[in-house]
Amino acid sequence: MPREHYLNATYGMRSWLLTTDHKRIALLYLISVTFFFFVGGLFATLIRIHLLTPGGYLVTPEMYNKLFTMHGVAMIFFFLIPSIPAVLGNFLIPIMIGAKDLAYPKINLLSWYIYLVGGAFVLYSFATGGLDTGWTFYTPLSSIYSNSAVTPAVIGIFINGFSSILTGLNFIVTVHTMRAPGMTWMRLPLFVWAHYATSIIFILGTPVIAITLLLAGLERMFNLGFFNPAYGGDPILFQHMFWFYSHPAVYIMILPAMGVISEIIPTFARKPIFGYDFIAASSIGIAVIGFIVWAHHMFLTGQSTYSAVAFSFLTFLVAIPSAVKVFNWTSTLYKGSIAYDTPMLYGLGFIGLFTIGGLTGLFLACLGLDIHLHDTYFVVAHFHYIMVGGAIMGYLGGIHFWWPKITGRMYPESLARIAAIVLFVGFNLTFFPQFILGYLGMPRRYHDYPPEFQVLNVMSTAGASILALGYLLPMIYLTWSMRYGKVAGKNPWPATGLEWTTDSPPLTENFHDTPVVDWEVYDFEHRPELGLSGAISKKPAPAHGDD
Amino acid sequence: MIFLALMVGTGMTVWAAYQNFGLFNIVIALGIASIKATLVILFFMHGKYSSRRTKLVIVCGFFWLAIMLGLTLADYSSRHAEPSRSQSRPAPAEQFV
Amino acid sequence: MHRTGELYGQFQTLEQQKETATLGMWVFIVQEILFFGGLFLAYTVNRHAHPTAFGVGGNMLSLKLGGANTVVLIASSLTMAMAVWSATTSKKKLVTLFLIGTLVLGCVFLGVKVVEYKEKFDHHLIPGHGFDISYCSKNAAACGLSAKDAATEVEEIENGLKADPDLNAHAQLYFSLYFGMTGLHALHMVVGAGLLLWLILQAGKGRFDANYNTPVENIGLYWHFVDIVWIYLFPLLYLINRHLA
Repeated sequence: MPREHYLNATYGMRSWLLTTDHKRIALLYLISVTFFFFVGGLFATLIRIHLLTPGGYLVTPEMYNKLFTMHGVAMIFFFLIPSIPAVLGNFLIPIMIGAKDLAYPKINLLSWYIYLVGGAFVLYSFATGGLDTGWTFYTPLSSIYSNSAVTPAVIGIFINGFSSILTGLNFIVTVHTMRAPGMTWMRLPLFVWAHYATSIIFILGTPVIAITLLLAGLERMFNLGFFNPAYGGDPILFQHMFWFYSHPAVYIMILPAMGVISEIIPTFARKPIFGYDFIAASSIGIAVIGFIVWAHHMFLTGQSTYSAVAFSFLTFLVAIPSAVKVFNWTSTLYKGSIAYDTPMLYGLGFIGLFTIGGLTGLFLACLGLDIHLHDTYFVVAHFHYIMVGGAIMGYLGGIHFWWPKITGRMYPESLARIAAIVLFVGFNLTFFPQFILGYLGMPRRYHDYPPEFQVLNVMSTAGASILALGYLLPMIYLTWSMRYGKVAGKNPWPATGLEWTTDSPPLTENFHDTPVVDWEVYDFEHRPELGLSGAISKKPAPAHGDD
Repeated sequence: MIFLALMVGTGMTVWAAYQNFGLFNIVIALGIASIKATLVILFFMHGKYSSRRTKLVIVCGFFWLAIMLGLTLADYSSRHAEPSRSQSRPAPAEQFV
Repeated sequence: MHRTGELYGQFQTLEQQKETATLGMWVFIVQEILFFGGLFLAYTVNRHAHPTAFGVGGNMLSLKLGGANTVVLIASSLTMAMAVWSATTSKKKLVTLFLIGTLVLGCVFLGVKVVEYKEKFDHHLIPGHGFDISYCSKNAAACGLSAKDAATEVEEIENGLKADPDLNAHAQLYFSLYFGMTGLHALHMVVGAGLLLWLILQAGKGRFDANYNTPVENIGLYWHFVDIVWIYLFPLLYLINRHLA
């Protein structure tokens, strides 16, 4: 371990709570998103236990509504959306591009505090009556009729939106102006491309959910009528405005994970990634096309056929860039020298599960099918395959992959592999039965179900308990490894990428000297120094690279 | 000088509002507003002298706004008319067209 | 704390620092376009659904005050642009002068808005329980209307009710959007005023010249953006139906 690094550079609570070091801020986020993961997980546990038996004996129907709502709100807004960008993105982007920090380090810290304030409002909402509107807050239930603590919740999510916006702003500007000499756009790691695309969505989408929830909150507080038919308002307007953000939001959740996978696959196949240009372009493509498909969440609201056909077609279109990525990852594996380390297990799991989740999205994009599948467990299974099987596996894979860089220590490999497999098994047992349940017609957001669905529900709950174990194990051994893990060198895998050329853990300024990049990304052949000291050329620094 | 142009534009907008161009009133009003906005962006905000990147950023902002307005209105304009259901009797003159 | 004008730690050169600041402000403005855009969407959908009520509501706004405010705000954009120009040509005293001018004009705008809001309050046009679009037509004296204006008002309300029996409810929607949009705009102006105050203090110390004027430029960008929002708000809120009045 290096003598001085970002973790021991300064001590004390103030040095952490007032830090502007992107790496420390990343760890602050790690702690807070993990906390909200537990909150969301707690609600998920209660849901699955309740659904063990038809008849709904664990909680009242009203309470059940609150459980799935709070599960969704906590997981989506306070875990999934920030997870990879705020933890891994914050930590890695400056290092990956050869910079000392992000463009706006203080705004980075402000983002975290804004996140905490938003989170506090939402926790207050949970504690004082809960939330029963669904994470989608459809009006007029949320704006008029709900008796739950909607107002503090929408305030909290509104505030949290600015955390995302500022993070996105930071990332975009950083990637444009802070790259090291020689780090051209086409030498950027795909992780950076993915986060750049995600940041576009942060900037263009989040303000809209902010204003939407603000209007719903104002309507609730002052009985205004934007979304209330009695005053001439329109609930469908809420849905349009809500989904204009919330559909791109799902791409916020998956693009960073795809970026992680694009780093893991070439490393553990010991091969340059296949089709770099296409993967980079597809990230931007997903971000852009993702903005014009939102009404596929509204097929059953009385849309005209023309509108529905247009959105259905566009939704099929958005699957194409995702498919391009899957093909390219798979092609990277072909004739590669595959190592089955834990990050690779998560990576391979991601490819499979994301494919299933993505393909089932196409079922839903199909107008005729959606009439039957809308608001059933099919949809629930679809998005959990993508968000858990995809995004969370990407997140965990990334945590494991970069753990040696972040902490300077390795996690216990055998235990980690077992945990990854446990997670994979638990996940599939939880959610695959839900596809069948949805196909058979079990509606979502219902506290009760017909007895013939019980077997599948029991399987799902059993799977959830195994899945929970799969989550707990890493939390335990990763924490353990921070003190007792084997010391990792600069580049334990070995991997390409500027972050692997610097110390583990890195210096506060990331690099001893500004790196000058004169190699292509994922180039295993021409980097003979990999795996040893990871030394790179230390030419004096001219002006930073241009766009 | 730009300021004078903007003043003229404001005057025109008000004048035009008092004329009856029917459907075109809103087109003219927004058109003049857009010209004014363009002048502010190009000259007061130095958009004309900015890098290509900055110009792209500006265009993207308005383009995305256009997507949001355009596709939402496309949905509304293609839905069937529904008389408003309020406490009083239905109003045939007021509909989602 | 760093003093303005010095190189911050994460940057390599001052050029990079300036470029970063300006790009950041533009990206922030794009985000604001979408933020206000949501309100414009709500406005568009509702106006399309209730054209009569929006027209009636719009005619209740004071064209004189709104028009004057438009002139004031555009003038403040002019003074802001002049401030930026003065900074880039190192005319330090002028920088402070023009910035003060911008702030004063901005405060005039906000003052007029306060007057307008108060007038709405007096005329029972604040959305909520007391809202009544026909208040002034029934109480011409309390609204300070001349006999001719009162008659016009009565006629307008009558015609409005014929076309739309729910005129009051829909007009309340219009006013909700009016207050929402102008309120959000005014909030942004208050923030802008705060930023201008800081700028004035810095400019007073002679901090800005040809070598370093980034804050003036970037806060200028913000101020111009707020002006552009008003350039759209004015016709959409004040000039809906004047030709029929």
